Amino acid sequence: MEAFGEIFQYILSGFSTGAIYALIGFGFAVIYNSTGIINFAQGEFVMLGGLATIFFINMNFPLPVSVIFAIATATLTGVVFERLAIRPLKNATPLNLVLITIGASILIRGGAMLMWGKDTHVLPSFSGSDPIYIADATILPQHLWIFSITVLIIAASRMFFNRSITGKAMRACAYNREAAGLVGIDVKKMVLFSFIISSAIGSLAGIIIAPLTMSSYDVGVMLGLKGFCAAIIGGMSNGAGTVIGGLLLGILESLGAGFISASYKDAIAFIILLLILFFRPEGIFRKDETERV
Amino acid sequence: MLEIRGMTKKFGGLIALDDVSMSVGKGSITGIIGPNGAGKTTLFNIVTGLYTRSSGEVYLEGTDVSGYAPENLARLGLVRTFQNVELFGRMTVLENVMVGLHTRSRSGIFSCSLKWPTHIMEEKRIRDEAMQRLEFTGMTGIADIPAGSLPFGMGRRLEIARALAPGPKIMLMDEPAAGLNSRETLDLADLIRKIRDAGTTVVLVEHDMELVMDVCETIVVLNLGRKLAEGAPREIQENPAVIAAYLGEE
Amino acid sequence: MTEAKRDILGFLLFAAAVLIAPFFFADSYILNVLVFVGINTLLAVALNLLLGFAGQISLGHAAFFGLGAYISGVMTAAHSFDPWLAMLIAAVSTGVAAFIIGFPILKLKGHYLAMATLGFGIIVYIVFNETVDLTGGPSGLPGIPNLSLGEFSFDNDIKNFYLIWAFTLLAMRISLNLYRSRIGRALRAIHDSEVAARVAGVNVKNLKVQIFTMSAVISALAGSLYAHTMTFISPASFGFNFSVELVTMVIIGGLGSVYGSFMGAAILTLLPEFLRIFHDYDIIVYGLLLILIIMFMPGGLAGGFRTALERLSRSRKQGAD
Repeated sequence: MEAFGEIFQYILSGFSTGAIYALIGFGFAVIYNSTGIINFAQGEFVMLGGLATIFFINMNFPLPVSVIFAIATATLTGVVFERLAIRPLKNATPLNLVLITIGASILIRGGAMLMWGKDTHVLPSFSGSDPIYIADATILPQHLWIFSITVLIIAASRMFFNRSITGKAMRACAYNREAAGLVGIDVKKMVLFSFIISSAIGSLAGIIIAPLTMSSYDVGVMLGLKGFCAAIIGGMSNGAGTVIGGLLLGILESLGAGFISASYKDAIAFIILLLILFFRPEGIFRKDETERV
Repeated sequence: MLEIRGMTKKFGGLIALDDVSMSVGKGSITGIIGPNGAGKTTLFNIVTGLYTRSSGEVYLEGTDVSGYAPENLARLGLVRTFQNVELFGRMTVLENVMVGLHTRSRSGIFSCSLKWPTHIMEEKRIRDEAMQRLEFTGMTGIADIPAGSLPFGMGRRLEIARALAPGPKIMLMDEPAAGLNSRETLDLADLIRKIRDAGTTVVLVEHDMELVMDVCETIVVLNLGRKLAEGAPREIQENPAVIAAYLGEE
Repeated sequence: MTEAKRDILGFLLFAAAVLIAPFFFADSYILNVLVFVGINTLLAVALNLLLGFAGQISLGHAAFFGLGAYISGVMTAAHSFDPWLAMLIAAVSTGVAAFIIGFPILKLKGHYLAMATLGFGIIVYIVFNETVDLTGGPSGLPGIPNLSLGEFSFDNDIKNFYLIWAFTLLAMRISLNLYRSRIGRALRAIHDSEVAARVAGVNVKNLKVQIFTMSAVISALAGSLYAHTMTFISPASFGFNFSVELVTMVIIGGLGSVYGSFMGAAILTLLPEFLRIFHDYDIIVYGLLLILIIMFMPGGLAGGFRTALERLSRSRKQGAD
């Protein structure tokens, strides 16, 4: 019974980190699907979300206002990045795109370090930190925030991609950019939109997890990579695949940390990443499509 | 020389090739024509090992080579050119042709790194051979220019020179006249005949009917993934099914 | 003058300049920096084989550097192996590891290859940190002996300078040989058009793994040399940031250019030394350099020099006409 309680606890906490990975992975997928770019700077938006919120709170803005300002800061960064580095790039080979997004991630991280130093900062929980008991396990109110915001975001973006004209246009770009351009969709605008959505969601993920993990200028690297891992498990989808990928990763990581070794927790995510890339690079849900060379 | 039996290719639900069979005689020039989407390039991509097939076989001089990787087919003497000209843009014209001689040389990573005497001798040999190929295709003067800076027609010629470099048994050309002006197309016809006379069997996919009727001895017509007709140029021109297929497209 | 002669002459001049450099910089501080320029050049040259020649990115090359350093370090410091033997074992075992992981990893392309190599690098980095009993963990591994030949020990900067540059010059010469050879052409062909390379008969899969392995072995040698020169190593030197720094060196110098790799390595090693004020912020400068070079100078410094020279000779010709 005790073991069961333990497992339940691990799964619960895995769920909440998994939800975060799913949100970050979602950001990867949105940009990848409309541009074919894996944005290595994705994690930096997450970092910006957390640190900027703390910054605005320290300037005595109330939490909701700080959150909005922080999202705006990250989104603005995303827009500037797209405008200055992605759009003008002439020779957009995959290699150059990898390097330019890495360059941007270094730059954003460096900027954050200049601005907020190397120390870790703490964002207080949104509504206290008295644990809530569920069966043998406990969760924090912040976990509930994480779950509900994740569900909300995923639901909202499903609506957006399935119902709204802009969302549909972005999906069209994902299927076939040239054809989308031919039927009159402004592909460049869709690319910009994808950066906006992705940086906004990324920063939100960073904000809701900040009370649990502490924030510093370099948290984006790991979080970003794990978000990518979630997206890869889910086959780079704009929808459920990435969510399941994130939850799966979060739970595996949490169980691995609990039963195998806490110090190798981070390694677990990367071993999963390698295994997926080696054996099922199209994700674990998608059926094998006829390969094209 | 080359025989294709019952070749079928499905992309998801779409049938790109449906039970296509054909054979190419040694020393011949064969044309494959058909409206857009007929499956010509798909057929080439399967025969040269770039796509996997759903079913069907390919025989090269009687040996079953179905599913062989492109590099192994190259070793057996099957080469190709591409519709969009795939050159090594940052390498010189001469170096491009020297890569074409890859299968005719054997120095490995160690002898190359250490400049082993065998490698130096081989290097001289393939350099000379590559120069000969450039002469054959009339490109001697531009050996040291980066391939990426060539005008399109020249690039096409270089791609042919590179494919010819190892002295292949059979060469598949994917729309060799696309993007060429009429003058260049005439030169191309001469070049194709010259290649055949030098002992390489030629198969080409082409839209330029004048060129096809001019150089090909046998023509295979594909339509919607199936073989519609096969025969000499005159027969094809008079074949009602072929005429219907082409008119239907317009 | 033929291409081959120009190649040899250029290399001899470069080697001569390197060999006499210590006479001009008797100052031990600068000499020490030049030792690091040597190690970083060795690493950049190794990465250039993969990234510059074959066009395959690795964001995990610091791992191979680290494997070389740690295998040498642990074997000599904790188990008193002969340093040269340890170095050999480090190079061979890193090579074997690279060969095995090379097949699945190099099937991937572009962004996915970048992510997979990055993941590999981070796993290795975590192992360095967590196997405390073996590596000493985050606080590092001290007491690694210097290399020596009989009684002659490489225990100061000037000796290490010549030791390391001997390896670096050798690696540069090998790279230059390879560039203009059957294998070098095949690798560059893969870079420009993988499909066309295959159709021309290049066994792309095998060749990628071969060059990946060679690159890893040279990186491991650099790691061993680093360990025996520093006599102390810690995981921080072999993390993701250093992998990115290596890639930046190759890009700044110019993809495929051996001398470019030297220039990139020299600049990134010297820059933080000269810009002391930047201390912690040198990483920002890398980020900016990376973006600017990719956007405005795709051929790197080597490419820039070449176009400048061409323009110069063209304008001269025009002037003469």
